Amino acid sequence: MKNWLKILFFTLLVRPIVFFIIGLNVHNKKNLPNQGPAILAANHNSHLDTMVLMSLFPLKQLYRLRPVAAADYFMKNRWLCWFSSKVLNIIPIHRDGSIPKESVLDECHQALTNGDILILFPEGSRGKAEQLGEFKKGIFHLASTHQTAKVIPIFTYGLGKSLPKGEKLLVPFFSDVVIGSPLAQHDESQAFMAALNQQMQQLAKQVNTGRILD
Amino acid sequence: MSLPPVILQVFAGIYGLLIIASLVCYGLGLKQRDVTELKQRINSWWVMVSVILACFAIGEGFTIAAIGVLSYLAFKEFVSIIPTRRTDHRPIFWAYIAIPIQFYWIYIGWYGMFIVFIPMYMMLFIPMRMVLIGNTKQFTVAASTINWLLLLTVFSLGHMAYLIQLPTNESVFTGLGLVLFLLLLTQFNDVAQFTFGKLFGKNKVLAAVSPKKTIEGLLGGIFATTILAVLLAPLLTPLNLTYSICAGLLISLFGFIGDVSISAVKRDLGIKDSGSMIPGHGGVLDRVDSLTFTAPLFFHFIRYLHY
Repeated sequence: MKNWLKILFFTLLVRPIVFFIIGLNVHNKKNLPNQGPAILAANHNSHLDTMVLMSLFPLKQLYRLRPVAAADYFMKNRWLCWFSSKVLNIIPIHRDGSIPKESVLDECHQALTNGDILILFPEGSRGKAEQLGEFKKGIFHLASTHQTAKVIPIFTYGLGKSLPKGEKLLVPFFSDVVIGSPLAQHDESQAFMAALNQQMQQLAKQVNTGRILD
Repeated sequence: MSLPPVILQVFAGIYGLLIIASLVCYGLGLKQRDVTELKQRINSWWVMVSVILACFAIGEGFTIAAIGVLSYLAFKEFVSIIPTRRTDHRPIFWAYIAIPIQFYWIYIGWYGMFIVFIPMYMMLFIPMRMVLIGNTKQFTVAASTINWLLLLTVFSLGHMAYLIQLPTNESVFTGLGLVLFLLLLTQFNDVAQFTFGKLFGKNKVLAAVSPKKTIEGLLGGIFATTILAVLLAPLLTPLNLTYSICAGLLISLFGFIGDVSISAVKRDLGIKDSGSMIPGHGGVLDRVDSLTFTAPLFFHFIRYLHY
């Protein structure tokens, strides 16, 4: 039942918006994992990011996708809570310190053990519009614990123009998604983070990012 | 609606040309030449010609709407590649809203409104909406950019749709003939300039803007397009021999200018193609660049002479 709702939501609403109204250029689609466990690490500029990344996968894989999202926003009220957990199937992250630091990522670990594909925005929140922020280290803990999980860096551009932070009105701009090749596993956190950040910079060079005037 | 026989005959001719092009491409492939891009280009032509034929067959209103969608895609591509201000989110939204409104004026055939809506009312409305937000940094650049994009991709291309609304008379059964004449000549001119340039091109023209353009290509294109205009004008338009030569010269020369104008924008932004929607061609804007100039010029040329 849950899956059925999800497929309907993506077929009737999300995919038409992503592919016809916005218009998405997908670069290196072949790098997408066709099975879990995997971690997609993307930059975060817009609420569209999650939807767009989920639309890249075939419908029958939707149930495998678990967006990792802030509990304080996505569990804010009853309606959003129902939508986030039943339709998007998110893993809520509690940023307010209500859960001990060691167990914040418990559900993520569990999902990776089940062979799911995590969608992670290591910048934390949607940063400054269309600028690449610093990645946080949570992703390293997940990657080093689950050595079989592929870590795939993904760079998106343009979605922060279509639906920027603080805007409710969607204005169409062609957007780009560049999918990187899986990161070699690292056991050392600094080297891992440096490699991830460097890959993101490389991916960003594949699209024209000079499209903001101010 | 059934299409007039002349239109079907012209389409048959276009498909004939495409068959020849595909065969030539196949022949080059046998000679071990790299024809991947050429093949993509020709295949895209097959699709585009078929889409146009389908629109024509469905009807005039549908064709007007389809040209509206074309304008929307061209505008979206342009506004996506050109730098805009974050604070102009809502003004850009209103620019999008202007597209269906403009094509509604065309659909109901209100010529006066069609002519003033974008160059006057939108030209005033966009800066008004911008100034109410209150960001003065780069205001002039931003306001000019949005207005210019609307003029080029919506107002200019919309003239192609208004050809359908010109009154019919005994020599023209449907405005679709005029649309076909304009589209065919403009696109044929692009291909002819490209082909003559490849075959005989030596002396560069406007190398600072577009490094591959040559005098030989330009002249060859003008020559071939004008001949095609003379051949097609009696079938599709009310133009006599002298005026059909003028139409051929007008479309080929200003098609070139439209092409290099968009090239100048792309060069300024440091990109090669405006998008990737049409395999082998680039974006929609790369395909309609010449039309942004030829559509309004041909429209006013023929309207002044015959309507």
